[in-house]
Amino acid sequence: MLAEHAKIVQMISLADEVNGRKKLQKMVYILKKMEFSFVEKYELHMYGPYSEELTLRVEELCEMGFLAETCTDKGSYVQYTYQVTEDGLKFSETGDAPVASLAPCISKLNDQSSRFLELVSTLLYFDHLERTEQIEKVRIVKNKLNFSDEEMDAAFAFIAEMSACAVA
Amino acid sequence: MSYEHEKLAEEKVFKDPVHRYIHVRDRVIWDVIGTREFQRLRRIRQLGTTYLVFHGAEHSRFQHSLGVYEIVRRIIDSGFGGRPEWNEDERLVALCAALLHDLGHGPFSHAFEKVFDLDHEKFTQAILLGDTEVNAVLSRVSPEFPQRVADVVGKTYKDKLVISLISSQIDADRMDYLQRDAYYTGVQYGHFDMERILRVMRPAEEQVVIKSSGMHAVEDYIMSRYQMYWQVYFHPVSRSAEVILIKILHRAKALYKDGYRFLQDPVPFRSFFDKTITLEDYISLDEGVLFTYFQLWMKEQDPILSDLCRRFINRKLFQYAEFDPAKEYRKIGQLDSLFKEAGIDPEYYLVTDSSSDLPYDFYRPGEENERVPIYLQLPNGELSELSRSSDIVDAISGKRRTDHKIYFPEDILEAGQEDNPLYKEILQLVRG
Repeated sequence: MLAEHAKIVQMISLADEVNGRKKLQKMVYILKKMEFSFVEKYELHMYGPYSEELTLRVEELCEMGFLAETCTDKGSYVQYTYQVTEDGLKFSETGDAPVASLAPCISKLNDQSSRFLELVSTLLYFDHLERTEQIEKVRIVKNKLNFSDEEMDAAFAFIAEMSACAVA
Repeated sequence: MSYEHEKLAEEKVFKDPVHRYIHVRDRVIWDVIGTREFQRLRRIRQLGTTYLVFHGAEHSRFQHSLGVYEIVRRIIDSGFGGRPEWNEDERLVALCAALLHDLGHGPFSHAFEKVFDLDHEKFTQAILLGDTEVNAVLSRVSPEFPQRVADVVGKTYKDKLVISLISSQIDADRMDYLQRDAYYTGVQYGHFDMERILRVMRPAEEQVVIKSSGMHAVEDYIMSRYQMYWQVYFHPVSRSAEVILIKILHRAKALYKDGYRFLQDPVPFRSFFDKTITLEDYISLDEGVLFTYFQLWMKEQDPILSDLCRRFINRKLFQYAEFDPAKEYRKIGQLDSLFKEAGIDPEYYLVTDSSSDLPYDFYRPGEENERVPIYLQLPNGELSELSRSSDIVDAISGKRRTDHKIYFPEDILEAGQEDNPLYKEILQLVRG
């Protein structure tokens, strides 16, 4: 009963705040891939895995007053920041307590840029493939972002770090 | 002549209520339509449980798939052909992807995917690449051709313009289902001037863009999406039917896992319950199979499974009540306890449903690099995001509207409230 809403509030609460819708999308996707129990369905979009379900859930939580959304005009686009409200904190207590490993994983994710998380989440989207094929797919899908070999290596290292963090 | 370029001796046409005629001239397209996997789409409704509200909504994914093919064919043959941004070598792959984009949908796809944690797009790709009749036809074009079609469906194809024809915020998929769903439900929303949109579509480097003079036609299309969602797709009675459908599948799965002895062994569901699904298991399942089992399960000893199936088959759906989670989220916990106390399992008979449980992509410009918006091509060649030019779209995409409901078996509670004061208490609480 609204358990999935409560999980999103808990996640943002543990992050303190999340800057950017894109970043929030990728954080939840990566956590899901690390076997944390998020249920939002993702599809591959031009900019990597994207969940319409998550977008709507966040909109609902803002409507309910459990999340506060602030907009910053960045010129050609607007960036959204999310924080949990007092009411949201009370609401999140109705959900099951999150597993202990969730907080450090969220912290690691929130420290990264959204560009890097875009790379990580897209690599994870193709994690059923061999490493070289994963890289090849990312280079096709994200041809304009020109990820360097160093960034690819860093992303794979980060995935390994996240996997270790998730089972710790 | 190579199979890729082979044309039928005479054009074949399918009479279609939305597009009038669907024209097939390519041998490959004709052969694909005749495959077992494509014909299976005749047995999967496009709108799932909506037929229980709008009785005309019995149309299938087969019809929709042909419709998407026809729209892409018109875009390519009448609009893009000859323009330098369009590569004519991509024609057949675009047509096949349009025709086959929904090939992996299961019965009552949304509910079914939710219960068994499946992804229809992955099954579409598996059918295209597996040991199937569709794969055999596509492989005759070239050994790489099935993979090319699968890449378009999976949105990993190198030519993003081809992807955007069937998967973008203004694509052939949406243009067909809005008109088709409006036609079959009989509602007056959902109509827009597609011919006009097709005329103002332009191929750009990585996506389809719209000539700015066509903005008002696109506004109509965006309005159609908005109205169809609230009037048809998210209709509360249709949602009630889907809630029951999901609960039936959950109950059957839980009983199977507990070793319950079904009167009729649920053979077609075994691999879904066990998570050992093969491609053949998946292709063999259609809505006919589900209905057959729902009929059989009405006679099961388990009172929950038999009751839920009776409700679905005989349209004795759950009642719904409005619910404001901001003020009333604690009410759910109270109701949960009362249901348990009254001997009604809340796991199957008390359900909250939110707009996010049936995601539908409203047009949103979003954040930079979050999703690809619709771009208008201005007379000077520059691109402008739609909501920056259109006040109507800006108004819709900037406003939130959400919806939350509680579903419950009002009939049971009303019938028993004289004998059981808890039933009365539940009714009072749920009705606020």
